[in-house]
Order: sequence, then structure tokens, then C-alpha cells
Amino acid sequence: MSTRRKPPRLDVDALLSDEATRIVVTCGSGGVGKTTTAAAMALRAAEAGRRTVVLTIDPARRLAQSMGLTELDNTPRRVKGVEGELFAMMLDMKRTFDDVVSAHSTPDRAEQIFANPFYQALSSSFAGTQEYMAMEKLSQLAESGEWELIIVDTPPSRSALDFLDAPQRLGRFLDGRMIRMLVAPAKAGGRASIKLVTVGLTVFSKVLSKILGGDLLQDVSSFVAALETMFGGFRQRAEQTYQLLKAPGTAFVVVAAPEPDALREASYFVERLSRDDMPLAGLVVNRLHRAVPGLTARRAEAAADALAEKAGSDLALAEAALRVHVETALTADHDARMARRFAAAHPDVATVAVPALPADVHDLDGLRRISALLANG
Amino acid sequence: MVAPANSAVATVPGVPTDARLHVVTGKGGTGKTTVAAALAMALAEGGRRTLLVEVEGRQALAQLFDVPALPYEERHLAAARNGGEVVGLAIDPELALLEYLELFYNLKRSARVLKRMGAIDFATTLAPGVRDVLLTGKVKETTTRSDKSGHFIYDAVVLDAPPTGRIRQFLDATTEVANLTKAGPINRQSVGVLDLLHSTRTAIHLVTLLEEMPVQETVDAATELAANGFHLGAVVVNRARPTLVDDDQIGPGGRVDLAELRHGLDAAGVDAALAEPLAGQLVEYADRQAVQAENRARLAAIPAPRIELPDLTPPVDLGELNELGAYFLDVS
Repeated sequence: MSTRRKPPRLDVDALLSDEATRIVVTCGSGGVGKTTTAAAMALRAAEAGRRTVVLTIDPARRLAQSMGLTELDNTPRRVKGVEGELFAMMLDMKRTFDDVVSAHSTPDRAEQIFANPFYQALSSSFAGTQEYMAMEKLSQLAESGEWELIIVDTPPSRSALDFLDAPQRLGRFLDGRMIRMLVAPAKAGGRASIKLVTVGLTVFSKVLSKILGGDLLQDVSSFVAALETMFGGFRQRAEQTYQLLKAPGTAFVVVAAPEPDALREASYFVERLSRDDMPLAGLVVNRLHRAVPGLTARRAEAAADALAEKAGSDLALAEAALRVHVETALTADHDARMARRFAAAHPDVATVAVPALPADVHDLDGLRRISALLANG
Repeated sequence: MVAPANSAVATVPGVPTDARLHVVTGKGGTGKTTVAAALAMALAEGGRRTLLVEVEGRQALAQLFDVPALPYEERHLAAARNGGEVVGLAIDPELALLEYLELFYNLKRSARVLKRMGAIDFATTLAPGVRDVLLTGKVKETTTRSDKSGHFIYDAVVLDAPPTGRIRQFLDATTEVANLTKAGPINRQSVGVLDLLHSTRTAIHLVTLLEEMPVQETVDAATELAANGFHLGAVVVNRARPTLVDDDQIGPGGRVDLAELRHGLDAAGVDAALAEPLAGQLVEYADRQAVQAENRARLAAIPAPRIELPDLTPPVDLGELNELGAYFLDVS
């Protein structure tokens, strides 16, 4: 058997208490406990004396309640029952978008945009809007200078990587060549490609009108015309946010569960972050099951079967304990194998494992428990 | 129970018998792809042909069935028991749009120009939901496609659908886009898609774990779907842990009779020194069991049959998919 090197340990306390750490982004696929991890880290940082805000996106009801959050209102609310300053907020996507529009245009024009049906659809359901607005909100929090530490949870995307790309995609979309051509075909096209573009564009408009109907195109055109003053603004902001994520002081924490899909996403993430020079702090493997050491599943099963055969009522308790051990040990083996496989593929990624808890977190004490486990591995 | 070949379409007990399109949704991480695959295998048993469709560009079917990445083409995925077949299809929205243009407008050549210009990407991103319209449109086409003699090509279609968080939007995308585009072929085509999706020919199965968030989302989605005129199929509980501890084995405050436990371990030849840690493990498991029971009770509020699948450690293989599939047909 080859010797396995243990991955370096992710020192969560060192990360959170370091004054140089200003932004922590938790990312990972859906259902791995990303939001809980973000909230637990924020609580830990606040109780260590740092003025902290956690930006959550669509948290579980009970988790939100545990932090006193009852509505999407885009305002950081102080969390009661915490020693230190912890603020929490839930992202209101539509409102954030509205704010961006208001900030970049005159009141009249803003009204015009808000009334546009295309804007209404875009601001509430465009794939990527949530990601874009989460990053926008992060920029605003960072610019306010009010926070020593900002912890931001990322939206549950189809792919965990979406939030890195979505801001630019939306920026490109609102700012792009296509949309400009749509609004002002005459102005579009470089010297060499005028002909192709013109031909292509005619077909393009025709096709779009056919598929989507004329009304939508009309709405889009007037929306884009109204946004004209903001052209460049969107893309520029997307670019700024992207730079903010790369800046010193930002740290990414990838969250996964010991399942093949979640770890595959985590792998993509780790690779992508390193390709983009984004600072990866490490990996949190949530919900790792552990079993009592010193008894294999196979032996426990044989012992339980032996007891079942004897069928004494005084033996039922031990049989149950042994059956529970079989179940737990098999799960623990599986989880450990998953974690090892990831570590073998990414030997330099600092990792901390958080044991599975019987129930979901629904109060501050539960969060504290998680944060202690995060810190102590 | 083995259905005779060429009999009527296999059905999931409690689900309308004319369901031909099975939409499988669930919160991320609940294993909806595995469940969709197991259902497709079950419905193909006994000489039938089912189509298993994915729409999220993840190549999840290829991974699950251990075959090379699926092109935008219907491909044999696996043989089902007793001579059935499961065919796979990964729908790519861009290619679906090109296909659509070709079909309705004979626009293949100009479509290629558009693709080069990035216009297709633009168009599928332009109107929220256009992507979903194309995807559901293609699903409808495969579900209703028939041969010359009028027999359906597929006995059933199983869709590995987007997660519960956006399933209603996905299924109703055609309505939304039809509202945005008051004319045009999408508007006209939308009627057929909506009819199919809202009829009893379509059953929507919700996959969940017995944990708070997935159960909450499942309950919310069930309510929303029903309120919007969709027909629920089964609620599929995935990875349920077996019930191993009796209520009376643990006293108030999580107390375990250590003497009795030691005695039993002794009788089984297991080191009695393990009694204390094993008792701790037992209590924790019992807590988990209680959480499961609580979540199961919350699911009972949904007016749909419930199917519980055992906990299989991933990756799941073909034999195990068959094993899981049996749960769909044997539930009473």
C-alpha cells in the first residue's frame, strides 16, 4: 500500500481572525451546506471580535430564523444573542437590480426602464441575474468600508462555476455587440466585416422576430435604448467585481459533501480558481460520517446476526447498537474513501472535515457547534 | 411482477395510468438523475422502450451509465430486464434551436451564420425562458412522436428535469414566453406543449431526502405545481436510512442502559469496552431516525403516493438501477 500524505489542514480560525482577510466567498454545488458554513464562519469571526456581515442567498427557513432574518430586505440586520457584531442579510435580487439602474440613470429614465416588460422579466428570472446581483451586492458592501469581514454565500447554481461567469455574461449581454446592433444597426460592425454583419443582421432580426414575435424585440430595443447611458457601466462593474474577487484579502472556501457529484464540482472549482488566480483558502468537507473505531462493519454484522439467533430480549439493545454500527461504519468508510480520492487529486488543498450532525441547524447554538467543528476539524 | 410484452404502458401505482411523460425533479443533491434512470429502467421492463432525457448540459446520463458523452441524438443507453430498452437523449438548447429553425423555416444555412456570430447564444439567452421553451418543446416532440402506423415510438419518456426550485418556471416557460411574445410560432406552438404538460399524460415526481431543506422545497413545489394545474406523480424518498432503533431502547435525555448493552456485547463476543462509544453512536442514530420520521410526516401532507428507496452508496451501477426500479412498480 502506498503511503498517503494527509492534506494540509484548513485553519479556519487563522483565516477568519487574520485582519488581512476582508472577504470570504463560500462556493460549491447545491445541497452541501454552503449557507450554513457561511453563517457559522461569520458567527465565529464576529465572536472573535471582528465586525462581520454575512450575505446569504435563499437560506433555509430555520437557518434564516436562527439569525433573526425574516424577509428579503437587502439590509444588514444585527443578529441578536451574539457577543460581538454580527450582521446578516438576504439578497433581494430585483431590488439590487433596481438600485443599479437608479444609480446609473435619471429618475425619468429609471421609471421608463422599470416599466419595461423585458426589464421585469430580466430582473427576476434571467439566468445569471442572481449571481450578478450577489456580486454587485458584495461590491457595495466592500465599498461601504463598514465591514472588517464580509462573508458571502453563492447562489445555488446549475453549476457551481456559474457565479464566476454570470456577471461577465450578463455584462457582456447588456453591453454586447448583438444588442448594440439591434438598437442601432447602422453603427455596428468593423471595417472588414460590415458586409457579413449586415447580411447576418438582416437574417438575425428576421429570425428573432419570427421566433419571438415583434413585440418582444420592440421591448428589448426600447429597454436597451433606455439603458444606453449605462452601456459600459454594467460590463465595467462586472469587471470590477471580478478584480475584487482576485484582490488580496479575498479568500474562497469550497464546500462539498462526501458524494461523487459534490466533490466533482469541488474539483472543477479548485481548478478554475487556480486557473483564474483566485485565492483558494481550502475545502470544507461537510457531513462526514464517523464510526466508533476498533470494530469493522463485517464483524459487527456477524455479531449482530449471532445475537439475533439467540433471540433473548436482553440482547436486543446490543443487537440494535451493532446494527447501527454496521450502517454507520459502512457510511464512514464510503465518506473517508471519497475524501481520500479528492485529496489524492488535489494534495495541496487545505482541508477540514466537519462531522455529520443528526439534525439541521435551527438556532445560534447549532451554528456555534458547527463553527467549533469547523475550527477544530 | 413482470408485465407481459406489448401490454399497456407500465404504470407507477397511484399515478394516473395514462401518464407517458414522467418528469423527475428534486433539490440539488437529492439524486434525481439516479431516480430518473431507475424509473426509465423500470418502465422499459418487459419489451418496452423508454426515452431518458436530460436538459441541463451536465452529461449526467453518460456518467451514470458509464458511456461516452451523449451527442444531441437519441442513443441506446441500456437494456432493461426482459427485453426492454432505455434510450438516452441530452438536449442541447442551441442545437434544439437550430433544429427548430430548420424544421419550421428551412433556415439551416443562415442558422449556421447566426451560430458563428454568437447570435444563437444571444437568442437563447435573450428572452428569459426561451431555452426552457426549446427544451420542453423537444420533450413534447419525443413524447408524441409516432411511427407510420400511429404507434408511439417511445412507450414512456422520463425527463431528468431542472431542480424543484425552478421546476414550475421551467414547465410553464412556454406560458411566460407566450406572454412576452404575443405573436410568432412559439406562441402558436405553446398550446400543444402546455396541453401535454398540464394533462394527466404528464406525471411530475418529486425526489427528496428526509432532511429539512429538501422536504421543505418538495412541499413548496408540490403546492405550487398543484395550484398551477400540474399532476403530481410520486414523492420519491431517496437514501432513507433504515429504522434500527426502537423508541424504548433509549431513555429520557438519551440514556442507554450500559449494563444491558455490555451484557449483550459480551454474549456476541464483542469487547464490552466499546459499550460506551457504541451507546453514543446509537443515540445519535436514534436522533437521526427521529428527524427522518419528522420529515416523513411533513411529506405526508402531499397528496401523492410515497416511494422510499434504500440508501445505495454512489456510484450506482446498472444492477442497482434495476433494483431501485423495482420499487416503483411494487409499491402498494
